[in-house]
Amino acid sequence: MMSLVLLAEQVLNGLQFGVMLFLMAAGLTLIFGVMGLINLAHGSLYMLGAFAAASVAAATGSFTLALLAALAAAAVAGVIVELLIIRRLYDRDHLDQVLATFALILIFSEGTRWAFGSFPLYLDIPPALSGPVSLPGGIDYPLYRLVLIGAGLLIALGLDLMITRTRIGIRIRAGENDREMTAALGIDISRLYTLIFALGAALAGLAGALVGAIQSVQVGMGEPVLILAFVVIVIGGIGSIRGALLGALLVGLTDTLGGVFLPEALKLVTDPASAKAVGASLASMAIYILMGAILIWRPTGLFGGRA
Amino acid sequence: MKMGRFLLTAAFAALASAAAAEVKVGMITTLSGGGAGLGIDVRDGFLLAIQQSGRSDIELVVEDDQQKPEIAVQLADKMIQSDKVDLMTGIIWSNLAMAVVPSVTAQEMFYLSPNAGPSALAGAGCSPFYFNVAWQNDALHEAAGAYANGAGYGNAFILAPNYPAGKDALTGFKRTFTGKLAGEIYTELGQTDYAAEIAQIRASGADSVYFFLPGGMGISFLKQYADSGVGLPLVGPAFSFDQNILQAVGDAALGVVNTSQWSKDLDNEANKAFVASFQEAYGRLPSLYASQGFDTANLMLSALAKAEPSDKAAFQAALEAADFASTRGKFAFGPNHHPVQDVYARKVVKEGDIYTNETIGTVLTDHGDSYAAECKM
Repeated sequence: MMSLVLLAEQVLNGLQFGVMLFLMAAGLTLIFGVMGLINLAHGSLYMLGAFAAASVAAATGSFTLALLAALAAAAVAGVIVELLIIRRLYDRDHLDQVLATFALILIFSEGTRWAFGSFPLYLDIPPALSGPVSLPGGIDYPLYRLVLIGAGLLIALGLDLMITRTRIGIRIRAGENDREMTAALGIDISRLYTLIFALGAALAGLAGALVGAIQSVQVGMGEPVLILAFVVIVIGGIGSIRGALLGALLVGLTDTLGGVFLPEALKLVTDPASAKAVGASLASMAIYILMGAILIWRPTGLFGGRA
Repeated sequence: MKMGRFLLTAAFAALASAAAAEVKVGMITTLSGGGAGLGIDVRDGFLLAIQQSGRSDIELVVEDDQQKPEIAVQLADKMIQSDKVDLMTGIIWSNLAMAVVPSVTAQEMFYLSPNAGPSALAGAGCSPFYFNVAWQNDALHEAAGAYANGAGYGNAFILAPNYPAGKDALTGFKRTFTGKLAGEIYTELGQTDYAAEIAQIRASGADSVYFFLPGGMGISFLKQYADSGVGLPLVGPAFSFDQNILQAVGDAALGVVNTSQWSKDLDNEANKAFVASFQEAYGRLPSLYASQGFDTANLMLSALAKAEPSDKAAFQAALEAADFASTRGKFAFGPNHHPVQDVYARKVVKEGDIYTNETIGTVLTDHGDSYAAECKM
């Protein structure tokens, strides 16, 4: 029943899901790690990117322009939100941050509904990237999803180089270690914060646009992804880009493979009907069990610093 | 003579004020989040029928349940206790209906369902105060199974979300489908990525795919399925092919056959007038949800013309008569207050720039549901 081809295809699906989660989680982990801010509105920026891409694609017919629009719209929204609201929250406790950014979710959602209506928008894969390709081993796999995997991994590499090799990366790491000291050394910490927030927002917007092309572009699309992104950064260790990548891939693979293989595995020990029911329930718990297990083993996450 | 005239006028005035006694209708529906399009269409169809009736004495209290059962329960309590509504309607999702309807009807409040029709409320759990104006959940799926038989499919892969209506869907399909099943999957409610399921479909050796994924779930599935190149014929209920979703799916839906109790091209006067007036009022084509909202309001209006909701027995009898011009043509209630109606097969076509459905035939005639026998009122 479970052929190797199917297994390989599901591994690719898990990887693709993982790299898209990474784009969301990267911004979230930087914002949480450097500024100590819990940003629930990160999912709204994802949605904003998808809506910007869908409207630009509808107007111009160009997917490239649509992606640029998603990056720009989410980054600009990120800057505005940071300057107007988030900036006032850095010194407040986490509860205030959660309340304020939850309010932002409602504002973004209803604002988007007001501007675009309640019905889903159309955004499709560019013709050049549509359809399946044959991979070695007889696997037919959608080209667009392969491109997503490639693009996600490239962005991960780029981010890692930026953090480890550039001046701005040094500042981000310094900010993570000791905010006051970094400011005392003459680095404009508030500009650094705005920049990080905009970068995280742009990545979320890009993820929204990329994923929007294969899913439905609608109000509220960001919140389910946001929950998983939080799981990812907790697993990976808060503030770590490498941790976010590893965590995202683990969550993506666990979620995809668990959903497919747990019901099959349970069939070996119980009757098919209850295997299906129990397997499906276990599969939706799998990533949280994974998170629990990793936190018991390493309480600050895989790449987390000392607590 | 003069005195007689005075008395007559007074009697008319008394009659008029009795008619003007306000009727308060509580509508709990989904107006935000991913499922908002469905609730908005039900609401807009309902409002349109009330406007057209010219009755200004009907007050509609509309609240958004955010597609969350706990919120729907709170809203129902509020509407009954503080708004003092006379009857209720509006719920889209079966899991919300299960949370709200049994307690509403237990308080002898009439509830008219414009959408959700879970099997639990059609059989042993039926109530004299509960009327479903749309369908029992299984109906369109039973029609799809019958259609798949007729189309010669013998090995179907079937999938639906893991919630009451999803289970009703696959049960309904299996009740009529005579072929084998290549696979059967329950997905998560609200799932957006179907790559894993599509891979399973590809590996299953099926000759057709039956799926029930309402709202945004269907958009995601159809786009991803088209891009996967699996290419097996798809059959579905109308929920994944309604007027609002099709524009977001685009070419990926073209040619797919789906089953529905309503279509915009059904040839009857009530439907033609409804489609034209809905388009004029809202600037978009109506979906089946809009037709259900419109029919629900017209059913309610027909009953209100005969009795007050406070007169339980008379109002129930007036509802049971279903004395209104349905957009579906003929419409009647079965013994468990669920529709007995025709179900059609439709095909997705493109008219100019607009994707829409075209009726291609009747699959089931005067179709009731298989739970009616268990219902004892």
